[in-house]
Amino acid sequence: MKELSLHILDIAENSVKAKATKIEIDITEDTAKNLLTIEIKDNGCGMSEEFLKKVKDPFSTTRTTRKVGMGLSLFEAAAQQCDGKLEISSKEGVGTEVSVTFALNHIDRAPLGDMAGTMQTLIGGSPDIDFIYRHKKDGQEFLFDTAQIRETLSGVPLDTPEVILWIGDFINEGINELN
Amino acid sequence: MKSLAELQAIRDRALNQVNLRKERADGTRIVVGMATCGIAAGARPVLNAFVREVEARKLTDVMVTQTGCIGMCRLEPIVEVYVPGQEKVTYVHMTEDKVSRIIAEHIINNRPVTEYTVGAETK
Repeated sequence: MKELSLHILDIAENSVKAKATKIEIDITEDTAKNLLTIEIKDNGCGMSEEFLKKVKDPFSTTRTTRKVGMGLSLFEAAAQQCDGKLEISSKEGVGTEVSVTFALNHIDRAPLGDMAGTMQTLIGGSPDIDFIYRHKKDGQEFLFDTAQIRETLSGVPLDTPEVILWIGDFINEGINELN
Repeated sequence: MKSLAELQAIRDRALNQVNLRKERADGTRIVVGMATCGIAAGARPVLNAFVREVEARKLTDVMVTQTGCIGMCRLEPIVEVYVPGQEKVTYVHMTEDKVSRIIAEHIINNRPVTEYTVGAETK
């Protein structure tokens, strides 16, 4: 993947398929520690211990139509080539948490990319899920929570095109403020 | 700066349009494949371009949605267009640049862009 935000979209789609009602995406850029951390946490159906053991194998998937599931293994490979790692924990009936680290300044680290585009895609595809996006950079923080947006919208669906576009611009501006 | 006041204005406009949007279930559906294969091939900017274009042209009876892997990963990004009463049209190797032409020719004027379809690709 050309951007880390594409991996985030891909992994968060797993949370959507796990019937999560709340998905939290946390990004922390820490220049002093030279560390980029990405966490994706959901309250979906979770996985059995047995499936969790083999979940990073590209030939394991819950899909029945095909035998491959590349998402987590691609993300892990991206992290490993940047002195980082991917960890995943999950509990059936509780949810799943994926945590990925990168050396921030590693020459092979893909840029974070268009996080606003990723959030637009996720929210537009699942307007009823609560998404929380937290982006921290060296002590500064941008927080986006669909619960707040929903309150303002009083019943207008989040996937209304004009709303989705507003959300994209809003997140873009928030991230730009951090830089 | 984007403000919540702006969002409130969008809400008020949308609430006035609710009756128009009621018909969406019978409207045209544009479906973008958004599995790992689609995402890696560039489906996200394609999807967001469709949303932008639908909003810009105020196509209230057109819905842009997502699906998983359509099963022809080498042809991703794939977009399927469902116009009620007509056969599904499958566009392959989609890019942002192709979006406005599909909207103008297919969605609005009902002439599918044959050269972008899976039929043209696999010939």
